Amino acid sequence: MLLDGETTPREIVESVATAISADDDTIGGYLSSDFERAVMEAEAADLSLPLGGIPIALKDNINALEHPCSCASRFLESGYLSPYDATVSAMLKEAGAVLYGRTNLDEFAMGSSTENSALKQTRNPHDTSRIPGGSSGGSAAVVAADMAVAALGSDTGGSIRQPASHCGVVGLKPSYGRVSRYGLVAFASSLDQIGPVTKTVEDAALLLQAIAGNDPKDSTCLPAEVPDYASALDEGIAGMRIGLPREFFADEALDSGVRSRVEEALGALEGQGAELVEISLPSTAYAVAVYYILAPAEASSNLSRYDGVRYGKRIDNGDGIISMYRDSRAEGFGPEVKRRIILGTYVLSSGYSGKYYLKAQKARTLIQEEYKEAFKNVDVIMGPVSPTPARKIGEHSESPLEDYLADVYTISANLAGICGISVPCGTVEREGSQLPVGLQILGPHLAESRILRAGRAWEQLRDAG
Amino acid sequence: MSERESGPPEIDVRYTADLARLSLTDEEVACFQRQFGDILELVGTLATLDVKGVEPTAHPAPVLDIMREDEVEPGLLGGQVLENAPDNALSQIRVPKVVDA
Repeated sequence: MLLDGETTPREIVESVATAISADDDTIGGYLSSDFERAVMEAEAADLSLPLGGIPIALKDNINALEHPCSCASRFLESGYLSPYDATVSAMLKEAGAVLYGRTNLDEFAMGSSTENSALKQTRNPHDTSRIPGGSSGGSAAVVAADMAVAALGSDTGGSIRQPASHCGVVGLKPSYGRVSRYGLVAFASSLDQIGPVTKTVEDAALLLQAIAGNDPKDSTCLPAEVPDYASALDEGIAGMRIGLPREFFADEALDSGVRSRVEEALGALEGQGAELVEISLPSTAYAVAVYYILAPAEASSNLSRYDGVRYGKRIDNGDGIISMYRDSRAEGFGPEVKRRIILGTYVLSSGYSGKYYLKAQKARTLIQEEYKEAFKNVDVIMGPVSPTPARKIGEHSESPLEDYLADVYTISANLAGICGISVPCGTVEREGSQLPVGLQILGPHLAESRILRAGRAWEQLRDAG
Repeated sequence: MSERESGPPEIDVRYTADLARLSLTDEEVACFQRQFGDILELVGTLATLDVKGVEPTAHPAPVLDIMREDEVEPGLLGGQVLENAPDNALSQIRVPKVVDA
């Protein structure tokens, strides 16, 4: 449409702005958005580029030059403007995109409901009494509510796939090392990846194309060649072997409606010539425990940089620098961040690091090996993203553990470093609302083309009804 | 082995928060103490997993040292960085006194 001259980048930005002013008071997906700047960039956009003139929203933990980057934290709430571009921000700009809007998240991406944002409550566009999921809840909500064409999120334990599932949009977590983490505010460095949140699988492929690739500024980013993701999209599902982990489907916590939607999708894919193969990933039982040792451990180290010295909040009562650190952190961080810093410090502390941290690292090896073994036998693995549809806001506020346990299907992909995508597969009814369900498709390390192809095949079947 | 392998997990919340340079209110200590009981019970299930002879994984993909030419590139601009600092003077970030005179 842009190339045909039917619309202009300015008109697209304006239509997004109109949607934001109409709906974001209710949804609360954005923490900030700079319309003037976006219009200026849109008017200068080079339409010959792959994303020429397309506005993209960024999760507010991804740095972009002179944009805020609050991480939904009181610590960085006021006054912080990024002095540099994250590599993904620079790549999006190079691809012609207009960076427009900063989306809400659980503070420092810690959570799976966006309730841990210290700044705002984001609501699920399908039922505003419910969570959008998280931690990229803002990104998923604004794409679902047509307040963004597409967005980037980050996924440390499911933080792209789970909100995408809850909001009925597509969310892709690339393999570890596929996309540069430079400029993504670090939560758990060995698990974090940036990825697209979009309306369609094709858009996810387009956005991944723009941000994937090696980066000298991130030593964990891989030099592997980036394939043409669009070219394999339409090769269909026939002949693909789909692994169904027994441990996912036998889970008592799995909601029967969610199970039905996923099984219906699998049945449809089988009808198109895919082969369904039951597999076993026995270490799934330990994945949540492993994650809630390793992620807080890494977080406790990464978040030590918030000390009130170089940026963000400083509380200085004149009692010396140690008090300044302690008081700045006490006032700057919300409860979930404090919980994870303390938990991470504990599992790394003298006398406990062998029992918890080292043991978890070894268990991580087992999880990784199980996936490698499974992918010798199947091309992709499919299952639910989340055991239940989006829950009510406030339901788990006293018991963070309830939310931790619901991460069971997503976190092992981060532990193993493999790629995964959530594609909408229908809805279940709750109290009169139709709540989206996501089909999760996992692929081997660097096999994004394969999960995109499978996701696209399902999407076409679904839309054909 | 000095590490405790059995019994209910215990965590001294105030002490651990001190290690992390984090002040907590009494209410926070009480709340976290209770919540950590549940969380440590969950992570404690790892004790039943046999990992004998298994190598630990730090990163899911191999991380290799990469050598490159040591070329000078522009760094972050001082002005922008300083503007983010809570306090600055003389083109530097100002902090409370650290060393006694």
